[in-house]
This record gives sequence, structure tokens and C-alpha cells, in this order.
Amino acid sequence: MRYKTEQLQGFALVAPSILAVLIFVYGFIGWSMRVSLSQWKGLLPDYTWVGLQNYLNLFKDPRFHIDIRNTVIFTLLFVGGSLVLGLLLAILLDQGLRGEGFFRSLYMFPLAISFIVTGVVWRWLMNPAQGARLSGLNLIFDSLGLDFLISKWHTTPQWGIAFIAIPAIWQMSGYTMALYLGGLRAIPDSLREAARVDGASELQIYRRIIFPLLSPITLSAMIILGHISLKVFDLIIAVAGKQLPLDVPAIYMWTTTFDGNFYGRGAAIGILLLLSVAVLVVPYLRYNIKQEAEL
Amino acid sequence: MRNKTLQLLLIGLLLALAACGGGETTAPEGAAAPPAATANQVEVFSWWTGGGEAAGLDAMIAVFKEKYPEITFVNAAVAGGAGTNARAVLATRLQAGDAPDSWQGHAGQELIGTYVAAGQLEPVNFLFEQNGWIEVMPETLIPLISQDGNIYSVPVNIHRANVMWYSPTILAENGIQPPQSMDEWFAAMDALQAGGMAAPLAMGEQWTALHLFETVLLASLGPDKYNDVWEGDLDWGSPEVKTALEAFAKVLTYTNSDAAALSWQDAAQLVVNGSSAFNVMGDWAEGYFREIGFEPNIGYGWVPTPGTGGTFQFLSDSFVLPVGAPHRDAAIAWLTVAGSREGQDAFNPVKGSIPARSDGDRALYGEYLLSAMDDWANDIVVGSLTHGVVANDSWKSEIDTAMGLFLINGNVDAFQQALVAACVASGPCQ
Repeated sequence: MRYKTEQLQGFALVAPSILAVLIFVYGFIGWSMRVSLSQWKGLLPDYTWVGLQNYLNLFKDPRFHIDIRNTVIFTLLFVGGSLVLGLLLAILLDQGLRGEGFFRSLYMFPLAISFIVTGVVWRWLMNPAQGARLSGLNLIFDSLGLDFLISKWHTTPQWGIAFIAIPAIWQMSGYTMALYLGGLRAIPDSLREAARVDGASELQIYRRIIFPLLSPITLSAMIILGHISLKVFDLIIAVAGKQLPLDVPAIYMWTTTFDGNFYGRGAAIGILLLLSVAVLVVPYLRYNIKQEAEL
Repeated sequence: MRNKTLQLLLIGLLLALAACGGGETTAPEGAAAPPAATANQVEVFSWWTGGGEAAGLDAMIAVFKEKYPEITFVNAAVAGGAGTNARAVLATRLQAGDAPDSWQGHAGQELIGTYVAAGQLEPVNFLFEQNGWIEVMPETLIPLISQDGNIYSVPVNIHRANVMWYSPTILAENGIQPPQSMDEWFAAMDALQAGGMAAPLAMGEQWTALHLFETVLLASLGPDKYNDVWEGDLDWGSPEVKTALEAFAKVLTYTNSDAAALSWQDAAQLVVNGSSAFNVMGDWAEGYFREIGFEPNIGYGWVPTPGTGGTFQFLSDSFVLPVGAPHRDAAIAWLTVAGSREGQDAFNPVKGSIPARSDGDRALYGEYLLSAMDDWANDIVVGSLTHGVVANDSWKSEIDTAMGLFLINGNVDAFQQALVAACVASGPCQ
């Protein structure tokens, strides 16, 4: 009997947030889906049904093609770069060097600031001006005589988006490091010792024992970084403003909705973003829940 | 076990966050709580929150308070993004049925295509008639801020879009006269490039390219045909438009390679510091030049963008009367001040623009603004695209996308096709 009251109390306590999530998350997802199937354009809602027209138009839209290409390039570089750098930093910190706490905080600091701040700082660093107006990193390269490194950064034709991954990696690799470091610490020393006794080299220990044991961490990190990457908006706006060569779906969604009043199209982009994140996250969730059940 | 649960919770949270990302697109946010309503107040919404704009607004509010001491003025300004943030907030407020008493908007189609189309605005012809504003504002202005004979806003200030700023020093050194026609302009820029200046024409990020484009379009088409393309009377697929687009493509060859990374201020600065000879930018650039310490006709000179002499391509901040304004009488009082000589002469010298009225007090304005006032009174007035006069928001946003693609691929034919499609989708073309 007492058990039941406790259950009820528990439910009563979480009910408000469940209700809020139902309305403000799932309710609005539903509403966005409805809008994305309408021809709403202009200030006033217009729910006239147009089926999948907004989606079909998007797939024909040259701007959306740029968005998809940019998102793919950015995601590959950002997730890949953060994982590699994060793992490297974690392994280095795991060697038991002195002042580990200091370095750990140092690498984690970028995480504490927002993408907007990161973006503004890197906007100055990655100043693409040439000739007499060199500035930022280009100026450092120039004064060090490393002229071949002078870059047009994010204004590089076709590949500008690749440079946006640099500040993103700078910001998130410390976080990835923390995830990996946690993973490394969880691997019992006895495993390494046993491998050493069996005559494995350090490299083999990493390849055959440590990396496989870290793979759940890699998966979590990929999910977390991947969904940040798919939704990237603020960083690009802060580095480069709104311009097509660096356009991504989130920016298109914002400009088309609020600058152009194409609510139908904006909602369609929003739903596509949600689906792309869901494709990443949902299988992972199911996998986790299944594991949970087996334990 | 506990770890797993935590992880699961974390992922669940992330999913919720991701979902919010999708939901936020269209969900009206809870609009900012309106200030406590008093019987006699006027809530005026704008994006004038900093610099000369905010100071100008304060000056005009002072005039208002003097004339209507019984009305409380509520300044509902929203900062950021040259008005894009403010307009997003305004849209959510209007959708929630929480309209301010009056709001700022760029005169012309930006207001008409958005708010009049949604039935949100009352015509203000009666104010123009009662206060005699028709007589003191240019005749060619009125049709640009009207629809079907109804005037929908009270213009407070006027800026000119088709101004080309030049460096008098560089031109003098190279023996070049400020160019009047497109041909003279190209000849001047060829000469400068031959003399070793890589980019005679300074340009900034994408919207400044759109700004440059509208002035070149005006130069190439002339004022009548320029008006025609916006009214759907001249086909965007026509050879005249093609000639204009080719001229614009040529103009772009004289611009700096890092344009995308520069704000309009950065680009304008290239002229006064001698890196470039020319920059096409609206006349708010003049306030910027003075702010960074340059003198008119010494540090910078100006001419109408080559090929557009005798035409004044304008944009204007204006205030509107919403249907069902919560305090309609107070809103009318505010609009009366906004259109008055006293109100405009308080606002404009501080903001660095000219009054929409042609009877401003000339003693209050500087050298550039006086020349602009003369042109405003005498020139043919046409509207700006980038700043919301000639095209509604949807149309402009489509043109902006077409411009962005053109800046990437340089394909004139594709650009023209995109412009034709934009006019059909969101403009008057069928």
C-alpha cells in the first residue's frame, strides 16, 4: 500500500514536466509537420493542404543542395576532427603526467563559452584579407615567413565550410577528450598488465584492447557531436554572417521563415532537420535500451 | 548500471533538445509581456536601440512628450540584426493578437506585402490630408508607399541607396573625374586596375552585393523600366534585364576578393583608407565616415551611382497605424508628430538622414545631407530593393537567394531564370 502512494507521489511530481514536454516538444513537432504540409506564406497562417510540395521543392532547390553538401562536409570534418583530437589528448593525459588537472581544465575551457563567442574570436583570427590588409592568423603566418599557409579561410571558393569546422573542433575536442578520458580510466590496469605479461607491445595494447573497449564512448561522442553538427547555426552566423557559400539547413530555415515569411518551407526544413537527427539518435537509443534490458 | 541510466537520460535530454530545434521554427514564443496597460499610453515598436538611431528616436520622443504630455510613451525597441530580430518578434506578437500601437517598418512593399496583405494596417490618407503632407512630400514618393490609392505609412526619414562614395585623393592622383555614366565608371576602374589597384570597387557581404545590384539595375534600365520590372510590366526575362545583369557581372570583376568577410563598414572604410577608389552604399555611410574622422570632400566624395543621376533611389523608415491599435488616438498623435516638420527635424539631424518632407530646416543639416535634400526635392524618386521599398519580403528573399547563387557560380543565365521564377512565385508576374 505504501508502495502505491509513493508511486503516485512520484508520478504527480513528474507529471508537470511530462505535460510540458508533451505540449512544447511533441505538440509543436506535430504542429510544425502540419505547417510543413501547408502553403503558409505571409504573416497570417494559411493551412491549405499542399501535401509534400514543400519537401519536393526543397529537393529541387539549388540552395538546399548547397545546404546538404555543406552539412555533410562540416559533419565529417567536425566529428572526425573532434574524435581524433579528443582521443589523442585523452591518451596523452592518461600517461600520468604532472599537472594533469591543469591541462584537463585547459582543454575543457572552450566548452564553457558559447558558439557565438567562439565564432567572433575566430572571425578575427580567420580574417581572409590579403595583401596590405593581412590580419589575424594570416598576419602571424606572414611574419613567421610561412607565407604558404596564408589562407582565404572561410571565403575559399567551394570549400569555405571546411574552415568553419576548425573553431567547432577547437571548441568541442576538449569535451570529447573528457569523454575518452573517463573511458580510459574505466579500463582496469589489470588488463594492460596481463597483455604486457603476454608480450604485447604498447601499440598492440591500444589497438587490440583499449580502442575496442572505448568503442561505446566513440559511439556516444559521435551521437553528441553529430547532432550538434546537423543543427549548426550560431557558429556560422558569428564567423561569416548569412551568405550562401556557407549556408546550412538551419540558416535557410531561419531566413526563409523570418526574412521571407515562407512558414511552410521553413517548417519543412525544420522537420527534415529533426528527421536527420532522429536517424542518428533513435537507433542508438534503441540499442541502449536493449542493452539495458539484457543487463 | 547507474552509468547506463545516466547515459540514457542524457541522450533522452539531447533528443528533447534536438526536437526543440525542429519545433521552434514555427512555434510562436510567448511574446514579451506587454507593459502594464494604462489608459493613455502609446507603445511604439522599433529596432532603434543604438547609436544615432536611438538618439534620434529619443529626440523625437522629446518632441512628442512636449506636445502630448498626458500620453505615456512606451518605447518597445528590440535590438539586433538591422531589424530582422525585431520583425521576428513583431510577427509573433501580431500572430498572438498583441499588436503594439505603432511600429517601424521600411516604407513600401516590405510593409504592404507583409502587413497590409494580412489586413493588419489602416490607411493613413486622412493624416496626409489633414496635415498637408501631400504638398510637402515628393509626388513620385506617394505611389511607392501606397496600394490601390491608400497610403499605409508615415515616412520619418529618407536615405538614399544610389550613392557612390569615392576617394578624392585617389581620383586626383590618377587624373580621374568622378564618373557620371557606366562607361566612364568602367574606364576609370580599368585605368585604376592598370595602375596596380587590384580592387577599385569595395564591396562587403552578400546584402551589400544586392545593394550594388539594385543601383546597377537602375542605371542600366533607367527609372521607368526599373519601376516596370517591380510592377510586373517589364519581363524579368527580357533582353533589357539581361543587359543589366551582364553589366552587374562586369561590375563584380572590379571588387575585392574578401568581400564576403566584410561588413558594409569594413567595405566603406577601404575607400577612405585608400585601398579602393569606390564603394556603393546607402548614405548612412556618410555618418560612418564622419564618425571615424573624415571630412566631406576631403576624405570622401560622393556622386549618384554612375548612370543614375537625376534619380533618387530611396528607402525610408516609417510608422504605421495598425487595425485595432490598443490606443488608437495616442497612435494617431504619435504619427502626427512623426510626420511633422518639428518631429522630423528633431530625428533626422541626429540619425544622419534627411526628412521625408521637403521643408526641413536647412540650418540643421550638414554638407552631404543638404545636397541629398536638394536631390530629394528635384529628382525622380524610385524605391530600393534591398531596403524593402519595391519588393515584398518573400520576393526579396528569393532574389537574395538568387544573388547568393550567382555570387557562387557567376552564371548570368541561371541568375536571370531565377529572377523570373522569383517574380512568378512571389511577385506580381503570373
